[in-house]
Amino acid sequence: MSKKYNVVTSISYPKEGAMGKTGSWRVFKPIFSKDKCVKCLRCWIFCPEGAVKKNKDGSVSIDMDYCKGCGICANVCNVKAIIMEREEQQ
Amino acid sequence: MAIKDLPDTEYVLAGSAACPGCPATIGLRIVLKALGKNTVMIVPACCTAVIESVYPNTSFDIPVMNIAFEAAAAGASGVEAGLRMQGKKDTTVFAWAGDGGTYDIGIQALSGAIERQTNFIYICYNNQIYSNTGIQRSGATPLGAWTTTTVGGKTEVRKEMGDIIRAHHLPYAAQACISYPEDLYNKVKKAKSIKGPKYIEILAPCPPGWHFPMEKTVDMGVLAIETGAWALYEFENEKMIFNGKSKLLLEKKIEPKPVEEWIKYQGRFRHLFKPTRDEKTLKAIQDNTDIIWERYRKCYL
Amino acid sequence: MRKRMQCKSNNHGKGGATMKNIIINTGNYSAAKAAVMAKPDVVAAYPITPQTTLVESIANYIASGEYKGEYICVESEHSAMSACIGASATGVRTFTATSSHGLLHMHEMLHWAALARLPVIMCNINRVIGPGWNIWADENDSISQRDTGWIQFYCSSNQEIFDTVIQAFKLGEHKDVALPVMINYNAFILSHTSMPAEIPSQKEIDDYLGKYQPLWRIDPENPVTFGNIIMPADYEKVRRAMQYAHENAKRLIPEIAQDWKKKFGRFNGNLIEKYRCEDAEVILLAMGAIAAESKVSIDNLRKEGYKIGLARVRTFRPFPAEEIVKLAKKTELIVIDRNISCGYEGALFTEVKSALYNKSDAKVSGFIAGLGGKDVTYNHIEDMCKKAIKGKLKETVWYGFEEVKK
Repeated sequence: MSKKYNVVTSISYPKEGAMGKTGSWRVFKPIFSKDKCVKCLRCWIFCPEGAVKKNKDGSVSIDMDYCKGCGICANVCNVKAIIMEREEQQ
Repeated sequence: MAIKDLPDTEYVLAGSAACPGCPATIGLRIVLKALGKNTVMIVPACCTAVIESVYPNTSFDIPVMNIAFEAAAAGASGVEAGLRMQGKKDTTVFAWAGDGGTYDIGIQALSGAIERQTNFIYICYNNQIYSNTGIQRSGATPLGAWTTTTVGGKTEVRKEMGDIIRAHHLPYAAQACISYPEDLYNKVKKAKSIKGPKYIEILAPCPPGWHFPMEKTVDMGVLAIETGAWALYEFENEKMIFNGKSKLLLEKKIEPKPVEEWIKYQGRFRHLFKPTRDEKTLKAIQDNTDIIWERYRKCYL
Repeated sequence: MRKRMQCKSNNHGKGGATMKNIIINTGNYSAAKAAVMAKPDVVAAYPITPQTTLVESIANYIASGEYKGEYICVESEHSAMSACIGASATGVRTFTATSSHGLLHMHEMLHWAALARLPVIMCNINRVIGPGWNIWADENDSISQRDTGWIQFYCSSNQEIFDTVIQAFKLGEHKDVALPVMINYNAFILSHTSMPAEIPSQKEIDDYLGKYQPLWRIDPENPVTFGNIIMPADYEKVRRAMQYAHENAKRLIPEIAQDWKKKFGRFNGNLIEKYRCEDAEVILLAMGAIAAESKVSIDNLRKEGYKIGLARVRTFRPFPAEEIVKLAKKTELIVIDRNISCGYEGALFTEVKSALYNKSDAKVSGFIAGLGGKDVTYNHIEDMCKKAIKGKLKETVWYGFEEVKK
């Protein structure tokens, strides 16, 4: 946690989810198949949100709280371990 | 260095205000992995000023100083001097600016800071438009591209910013692309290790700005390299070294794909294909790309 | 190095303990001397006539090793202010100087410094704005920066320039203020005219200023983002805090002036400097060099039997409204402006009348004089005062243009 400064000007402090749970922006959601994953980590490095998390075993998991559903991860996956599916209608 | 060897640390926190598929955050994640914690970022007006998110929160876990549009390099000069005078000489100071803030309104401050040998890294993430203001033409917008201010397609070629930068005889400059993370990471690492002014420009294909589907951000970068619409290179000790496929293109070891293979996926060039093919402009775009590469070969092969 | 004269005088006679160091040099030199004695870590500046001799002096102090700060030779005034903002944001003391078009080129960043609450200290040598090119005294440059949030001082002697630059660091860096400060003085009349100025010792200045304690800083140990998107209600709080800071400055400027008097034996006035105002029936208000010249006029008019005094406005922002209301209790006021807000009138004239609104119905006369560096002598000022006292002047009068009918 950053120390707070006692001054009234536009100073902001780091926070995960600064814009809230951006997962709510999603129209398509990524579905990850661990058995297909070859641990190349292309989905991890190319995720614009940092929502694809690197696991200790070298595989990945996707933080659905923040995933905006852009589909880059599915698109860069050479073995189709991630596919995009439409979110269910609310 | 393979992707799996890149550091786990994240300084761009999830849940930011970036558009889905944003190339700027892809680039920034990689850049900050290379620069590490002891880093200060100076941001002029650009998409990143929005991506940071809204007061009193920020999505960036490093110190960030926002500054006016044309002032990134000058602000960075001040930050660098201020930290150095306090003995904080190990802190990396870097400016992170868009192409509008670099090619156009910020070029004077940038040129001045490089000429003064300011010890900093200036990184331009180039999406070839003023995207934050809603897609207007910049000096980096390529020939033929639609923007809201070049409604029939841009009639001028883009600036060769790399040439302008190299004319300053700085210790290090490079061109990279978000689609090549290891290459970008290595370039930023190298820049961090060199004293004096360093310039890195990252091609950042922008889904809403270029009108392509948001999952194609990385593909658009790859095609830019494969067609020669963008080049990966380093300029160090007055020597140019092309990297990856750009090196093979330079040495004619591979044939470039036609530029059309890159632009046909981008809605900003759709008027060149529909309702009828604009052969004249398409040829001019290809010719312009060929001229750039011929010049590269004459100068640097 | 500009020719510099130094003399030591001993005010206490033989055997006195205090040797005073008096220099005879230009206003720019006094400003440079004060700036380097405040030991700013970073100076960023761009040359413009008539500021050049100030920054050249600083460069010479660096070359001689007397001053150990960093001087960033930027490529424009916009970058000068941007670099000062960047440096100040890291928590170090900063200084710059400019004039006229240079100040205008900084305009955007003047707002930035104030909104960021960074105490960048700057000398502005009041000079005409072109076209046509003209390098003489005129206050339209700084007056047009009125709303940037900067504290603005107007000096009338080289001694006051020295004292005010030092005091500006004390004021701007005060935790209740945290605002940038602009020290203005007229081109050539002060910037290039040699006058004596008493210079305290470096130790005295060090003790007086102490170390700058920033309210916030860009610090790798404490990651924060300065200046990201801020929504309307929060932005309004930032502006309101700036206004409170100006109100604090209004309280602190007299305190600092009194403390300075106690420590260094000199007093240049509080928010305003009063001269022969005690029994005055008419009070002249002016700023800068015209105000200095006015003291001669006041003496002469007094000899002729006029009960007249001078209120020299030292701070245009914060504006000394309450002091002016007090002055106007029993007197009529005459205002001379070396600036014009075209479409209305002189800026000081407007502000004075605004201060009096609903609080006094004193008669106020306004003159525009000395634009473009036109000479304003004590004779002219006496003439203006007599015209105002005898006449029924209501609108702004352009002094020296009476023969021209509208």
